[in-house]
Amino acid sequence: MSSSERLRRLLALVPYVINRSSVSVEEAAAAFGVTEKQIIDDLNLLWCVELRAPDPYCPIDLSYEGGEIVVCEAESISRPLRLDVDEAAALLVALRTIAEIPEHGDAVSQVIAKLEVAAGTAARPSSQVAVQLDVRPDVLVQVQSGLDQDRRLRMTYYVPGRDENTVRDVDPMRLLIVDGWSYLEGWCRRAEAVRLFRLDRIVDLQVLDVTARIPDEAEPLDLDAGLFRPSPEDVRVTFELSAAGRWVADHYPCESIAELGEGRVRVVLRTRDVRWVRRLALRLAGTGRIVEPAELAAQVREDAARALKLYDA
Amino acid sequence: MSRRKTERLLNLVVCLLATRRYLTAEQIRQAVPGYPGGDEAFKRMFERDKEELRELGIPLEMGSDGDEEPGYRIQRQAYELPEIQLARDEAAVLGLAARVWQRASLAEAASGALLKLRAAGVDTDEAASLGIEPRVGTDEPAFPALWRAVRDRRPVTFEYQGVGRSGPQRRHLEPWGVVSRHGRWYVAGHDRDRGEARVFRLSRIRGEVVADGAAGTITVPEGVDLRQVVTSMGGPAPGRRTATVRLRHGAADGIRRWAANIRADDDDWDLAELTFAEVDRLADYLAGFADDVVVVEPPDVRDAMIQHLKAVCQ
Repeated sequence: MSSSERLRRLLALVPYVINRSSVSVEEAAAAFGVTEKQIIDDLNLLWCVELRAPDPYCPIDLSYEGGEIVVCEAESISRPLRLDVDEAAALLVALRTIAEIPEHGDAVSQVIAKLEVAAGTAARPSSQVAVQLDVRPDVLVQVQSGLDQDRRLRMTYYVPGRDENTVRDVDPMRLLIVDGWSYLEGWCRRAEAVRLFRLDRIVDLQVLDVTARIPDEAEPLDLDAGLFRPSPEDVRVTFELSAAGRWVADHYPCESIAELGEGRVRVVLRTRDVRWVRRLALRLAGTGRIVEPAELAAQVREDAARALKLYDA
Repeated sequence: MSRRKTERLLNLVVCLLATRRYLTAEQIRQAVPGYPGGDEAFKRMFERDKEELRELGIPLEMGSDGDEEPGYRIQRQAYELPEIQLARDEAAVLGLAARVWQRASLAEAASGALLKLRAAGVDTDEAASLGIEPRVGTDEPAFPALWRAVRDRRPVTFEYQGVGRSGPQRRHLEPWGVVSRHGRWYVAGHDRDRGEARVFRLSRIRGEVVADGAAGTITVPEGVDLRQVVTSMGGPAPGRRTATVRLRHGAADGIRRWAANIRADDDDWDLAELTFAEVDRLADYLAGFADDVVVVEPPDVRDAMIQHLKAVCQ
């Protein structure tokens, strides 16, 4: 822990207690995400604050008898420090992003207005960061009502890898908006597993008159670990891309990216379903080709040859 | 060591907040315990401490009362977070907002902000769920440096590997803002090399983003809509045209999602119309559907398709 991080906490701890009259050591430790021992150490440090001139005095008086913290005197540091530009931006940009989600607007605009006032001039640079969401308001509102009423959803869902519309029943768990795309997380009754459905791929949606039943073993995804995780069954596919095909490296998560010079690049993608990789190779043509596995490269050439035959007539 | 420094900085903050008059460096040295005796050592340590306070966002003010020697103070009004009261549902929204940023710079800033708001008496419920969880990643290596440049209104320079370029190029930019779209970060600004507004994708920046001038030297043009700049970066959309395609019956669902006027042609094929702007992009896209699609007309799209498929066979 750096001394500036600790100073930040000390300056917040005093007003935290003052604003709640008294706080237990346990509660303070939980609120600041540190151990109780650390909080007691902080309190001792605060209690030791002294100024020597012109007359020596100790401006902070507090106690934590019986594990209950009470601040009797703190004068100048009784209020927390203002938000700095980064802090104001982190919250305001996030709030403005949430404000774009239908049906979540009212409370959000209130908070934005209050925070802008509280942050003052520090709020200004926050307008220079924007997050654009890709929400489909119609689908989102339907999914939201399914969630609110605990109803099962029946959807026609487009699976790009298979180029197929599939019909399935899903018991909704959460709406997720990750990196600009919105998803429904739910218990898919066909797969009997938790699945993510991108809202822009839902072709048709009905809220059924059936109560959703989510089994106990349905674990919500840990968002902080990322939405897509490699699996042992994945196939590794190596592509060589020309300078014009480099966009693939931006577009899909790559296991490795190696520069080949002249703007060319070799990437390794992992996939559970090689069908979309075949499609990708067909789209790339001269700007990128599969080098491994060789069978997959051969399949792509056969796909193209079959398609070409249709133009012979 | 660290504890003594924290203690000294805390004493310094309390001392400068308690005074109405500006305190000279010497007065501060008398009042705040923990400074060394030697003049040079004190000066060095005091300089570092002032810098630390500024980095924490503490508004350290320098000035003098009348003709006295210049000194320092912190005005309470500039230091204190104003009163803020949030209703329960508003506090829940705030907790949600603080979770939006994944890892990295803004995530840290968000938890710092939450700490101060809690200290101001706001009870945020971290576990509160509104049934919706937005997340935005900021783990692009170029993000922190570009955000600092935008914030401080400072021009920057970086190496940029554009698509279709044989190597990275050095670019000089007056950044106006950063925008996330479809999960990718862009920086928009005035391109000094091209003399016009340009957008760069952060993932294509190679190496460090470095300062290319002083802070405060950029003016963001009045009324610039960052999202607009990023959305329209492909230039004005060229004229729209229509192509007629055959789709294999029961297949090519991806194309059917946006095709118009789908009707049966014979037992195996349907006919459909597609609106497009660029011939090559349409051909690239349709090629992905292999032998589930055939272009009927116009002839230039049909030719582009044939050339494209031939290139795959080679």
